[in-house]
Amino acid sequence: MWNWIQRFSSPKYFYAMSAALIPWFAISALLIGVYGLYLGLFVAPTDYQQGESYRIIFVHVPAAWMSLFIYMVMAISAGIGLIWQIRLADMVAAASAPIGASFTFLALVTGMLWGKPMWGAYWVWDARLTSELILLFLYFGYMALQSAIEDQRSADKASGLLAIVGVVNIPIIHYSVEWWNTLHQGATVTKFDKPSMHIDMLIPLLLMAVAFKLFYAAVVLVRTRNEALYRDRNRRWVRELIERM
Amino acid sequence: MNWSEFFNMGGYAFFVWTSYALTLIVVMANIISPIMQRKKVISRIKRAIKREQLQKQNSVK
Repeated sequence: MWNWIQRFSSPKYFYAMSAALIPWFAISALLIGVYGLYLGLFVAPTDYQQGESYRIIFVHVPAAWMSLFIYMVMAISAGIGLIWQIRLADMVAAASAPIGASFTFLALVTGMLWGKPMWGAYWVWDARLTSELILLFLYFGYMALQSAIEDQRSADKASGLLAIVGVVNIPIIHYSVEWWNTLHQGATVTKFDKPSMHIDMLIPLLLMAVAFKLFYAAVVLVRTRNEALYRDRNRRWVRELIERM
Repeated sequence: MNWSEFFNMGGYAFFVWTSYALTLIVVMANIISPIMQRKKVISRIKRAIKREQLQKQNSVK
């Protein structure tokens, strides 16, 4: 079994196998995203309280869910890299960080654009917003350690450790609306109960969430392939590949 | 379908459309960035290969 894992987790094997997957993820992300946007912008009814401004939800919530999901993928990959020394896992973690950071940023700014008309403020230092901002800083910290530390293995260890320690922020973000007195709305979907949202709003929301995840899959495959080429740049499989280009 | 109503988004046009525009920008950035990164990595490795070939040639006298 160890041989099997070693073979499938070799960067060379991953590089060869991942190429075919990317178009599938990309195209399904596009199709589902376009359909979700159509439903969200043209079909979903007007909110009786928030009018049309609530339609920001169809990008804000999927972006926020992405920020958390990608962080968990990054932290788990970093953990696998640290514990079992599987270099491909470190590559996936490094590839994920900028993607996760960009969606955390998107969640924050779309949240600000929703907060201004609804709450009267672009920003408040409430638990949900503050912990999501800290998530952005954790992503930046990961990326900073990767670029600052010369030796790749040391860089992966340091950034991996940061990623793992930062996992504590994830349940904080999720439960912030329960544990503290927050301005941010409570959970309507991710809870142990029926979603408290009209089905015509819920469906486009879930479709956009799926589309974003598929998009992440496509992008992280491309980025991880780049990491593999770069980190193994002196190895024979890369040299042979490049010479054939 | 009243397009001017649609674009107005019940008075919230700025907030809604800026959010969607930013989403488009983030998505585009996540497409363009890895493509550029790949080009950069490949050209760096090609240059390194060239350098080593030249060094080999220069040392085989």
